[in-house]
Amino acid sequence: MGKWSRRAFIAGGVLTGGVLAIGVAIRTGRRTDDLAPLVTKDGETLVNAWVKVHPDNRVTAIVAHSEMGQGVHTALAQMLADEMDADWSLVSAMEAPPEKSYANFALGKGFVLGDADVPSWLVRTVDGAFQHISEAMSLQITGGSASVRTTGVYGLRVAGAAARQMLIECAADRWDVPASELTAENSYIEHAASSRRAPFADFALAAGQLTPSATPTLKKSSEFKIIGQSKPRFDIPGKVNGSTEFGIDAQVPGMQYAAIIHAPVFGATLVSVDTNKALAMAGITEVVELDNAVAVVGSGYWQASQALRALDISWSTTDADALDQDAIFEQFRTDMDATLANGDEAFDKNDGDAVSAIANAAVKVSAEYTVPYLAHACMEPMNATAWEHDGQLEVWTGCQNPLGFRAAVADALDLDFDAVALHNAPMGGGFGRRATPDYAVEAAQIARAAGTPVKLIWSREEDVKQDIYRPAVMSRFEGGLDANGTLVGWDNQYVDKHEPAEAPVVPYAVANTRIHHATSPTHVPFGPWRSVDHSQHGFFTESFVDEMAHAADADPYQFRRSMLEAHPRLLTVLDRAATEANWEVPLPAGKGRGISLQESFGSVVAQVVEVSINKGKVAVDRVVVVSDTGVAVNPDGVTAQMESGVIYGLTAALYGEVNIANGAVEQSNFHDYPMVRMDEAPVIETHIINSDAPWGGAGEPGTPGIAPALANAIFAATGTRIRQLPVSKYDLEYRVTETDEVG
Amino acid sequence: MSSQSQPITLVVNGQSQTIEADPAQPLLWAIREQLGLTGTKFGCGIAQCGACTVQLNGQPIRSCVTPISAAAGAQVTTIEGLQSDDGALHPLQQAWIDEQVPQCGYCQSGQLMSAAALLSANPSPSDDDINTAMRGNVCRCGMYNRIRRAIHKVADTNGAVAFFDPAAPLSKQETGQDVEVNHG
Repeated sequence: MGKWSRRAFIAGGVLTGGVLAIGVAIRTGRRTDDLAPLVTKDGETLVNAWVKVHPDNRVTAIVAHSEMGQGVHTALAQMLADEMDADWSLVSAMEAPPEKSYANFALGKGFVLGDADVPSWLVRTVDGAFQHISEAMSLQITGGSASVRTTGVYGLRVAGAAARQMLIECAADRWDVPASELTAENSYIEHAASSRRAPFADFALAAGQLTPSATPTLKKSSEFKIIGQSKPRFDIPGKVNGSTEFGIDAQVPGMQYAAIIHAPVFGATLVSVDTNKALAMAGITEVVELDNAVAVVGSGYWQASQALRALDISWSTTDADALDQDAIFEQFRTDMDATLANGDEAFDKNDGDAVSAIANAAVKVSAEYTVPYLAHACMEPMNATAWEHDGQLEVWTGCQNPLGFRAAVADALDLDFDAVALHNAPMGGGFGRRATPDYAVEAAQIARAAGTPVKLIWSREEDVKQDIYRPAVMSRFEGGLDANGTLVGWDNQYVDKHEPAEAPVVPYAVANTRIHHATSPTHVPFGPWRSVDHSQHGFFTESFVDEMAHAADADPYQFRRSMLEAHPRLLTVLDRAATEANWEVPLPAGKGRGISLQESFGSVVAQVVEVSINKGKVAVDRVVVVSDTGVAVNPDGVTAQMESGVIYGLTAALYGEVNIANGAVEQSNFHDYPMVRMDEAPVIETHIINSDAPWGGAGEPGTPGIAPALANAIFAATGTRIRQLPVSKYDLEYRVTETDEVG
Repeated sequence: MSSQSQPITLVVNGQSQTIEADPAQPLLWAIREQLGLTGTKFGCGIAQCGACTVQLNGQPIRSCVTPISAAAGAQVTTIEGLQSDDGALHPLQQAWIDEQVPQCGYCQSGQLMSAAALLSANPSPSDDDINTAMRGNVCRCGMYNRIRRAIHKVADTNGAVAFFDPAAPLSKQETGQDVEVNHG
């Protein structure tokens, strides 16, 4: 373990106590003196850790999350500005530097207090250095749809309210009036009785000397003025004129370019490489050998890529060299059977007696579902630029965990944490992939070997073949209906449990429910993929409940409805989706409608999909989305996230498939790992419910429901039940003749 | 095996520049690494995603597979050249902001260059026209509905605004007509 990790353990303990002691984002003691040099320029005042006020009265929210287009900088600034009563036109945001002081302790607190679950992938991302909840506070991660509901709620809102209170205190002191007579509005403090009015900036310096309250009064949702408004995103103008600098756009004087190829089979290592031809090529300066990869460094990326092909590489053999995808699924089956036979399954839920209930049921249905591995395919391929000089190692990249990346680079190169500087850039897609620091570590290793600044760019082929994949999963169901068509037994066994823990659990009232899992490890690296385990289990459970509805000869919407009495929030969302989608209006033959309901990351989303089947090919005509994120901080932003989540999930459902052949990934680029494109994109109608339930996430909850709603619509149109993804595996010749089965 | 570097003159966004390069090298890397115009993106390297789209004499091309030799002497327009010289945004860029199109934004330079070429050739595209012109540009954030809406929006106002298209002949820039559009 490197130098940093040991120290961080100690710091983590201090942080945990400090945060919990005061309960909120602003730690005990005045930390602004330490933080100010990191985030302020001349004349600016850091009022507290999350807000600075400029001499011209502008306000900057300091956001410890990374921007990948989800609008986190804007949404969190809205939360701060509203509580602060700032003039929105004077508000902007900056990303917090990757310093320990800006670790997401608010995120950690949210998890500690039980407002959200600690995903194990989040812990895992710092190279196993952190083993339990408190250490999560030393991360600076963007994932789990957690930014608004943790950092926003526990950090920026509190910071805004605290800043407002500090500014008012200073004004009260200077004007010698009671603080209770002062109000704040549009970045001014006002004293109505004496008609005095002055900008925030006049008090910022004095306020910066105060210790902020950890428990300032927050607004009620009825008092929000900026939260709940569709404010244009800060990051958009730079994205329409090419000026936004992504990680791949980093420019460092004297920079060389590197292309890389990894061992195709996960776990294999480099045995030898013949570099003669490559080194003889124009512009090539270096071939760098890594444990499981070879990189070529040259004057341009194309030159380096060309030379990479001239290498003659020998990789080690592994136990997985003959493994293919069918064998992996067969392994899952075997391990699931063995687990059941041995009685060593682990339970997510075991209410009543599902086995007996199903054995005695009037109607029984059993089904085996599978989903394949999936790559993230961020539009911006993995890349990082690194430069070791003067005892420092600088890294330029876009990532979801800047602090964790610093730690990983420091660990890998045996450097002190403080010797690594990380310049985080907006990401051209993240989706969970950019929480794993492999590419930044490689760039640092290559730059060290080359002795110059080096920009490492993975080819798309490497991006697809060397991802941290969404796991392939098998899930088996047995369901039982009584003579009245009531679902009386639900028995679900699946392979490999990850996060979130509740992903396989259905909200429906079923008297006898058994949900359990087996473990069946493979050599394929896996990690978070947009909506994490909800993306697989949402498909499984919402498809199988649909199967049970049809087995009961019930309307799939009404069937779900009848089992949701205990969940009024879910019922409201489901009903709204059915209404908006005209569920009761039949569709013509050849078309079908499917519904799904999914609670994830604190939000509830229902979707209704309409499909047409033409010559065996499915076209998705319309998707109705109803989303309840509790409070939609930026409704258009939430809408955009739903649209995005739907297309991301639709691509996976229709086409997404990463297959293992001879131990390696078969797919390589967009021609064999296809995406939904403009001509296949359905109309998406998003409806937002502000239920005032606890704040939920937006980035991920749109994804889980699209695959099952699509599969259910395909069944309605064709009678073909989709139990394996992607849908492209199926021949969907239109088969249903009874019009009453449609819809 | 690549051949020797040689001087090649490129006209990018109206500026003529001579670089030393292998004529077989894709235009993308000359634009990004040698000219320092990083708005044009690398996505796939095999003309499958459209992130690298620039205009060559007004036509959208995938610069990741276009050798520099094919661009020598031609008018190359990148995202940096889409707005007018005085900094005024191309109407599509404004529509992209109005409709809050980009999410991660990485594909958007390519999307805009394809859309601008479409509107130059066809000021009032149908949904099918948009599908044909834009299906080569992948958006992993799935903002297709917004892109479609923004293109229609500009087409709608085409009659009132003669927009700047650096690659189009002057006569085309002045052509504007009121059109019926079908919103998707």
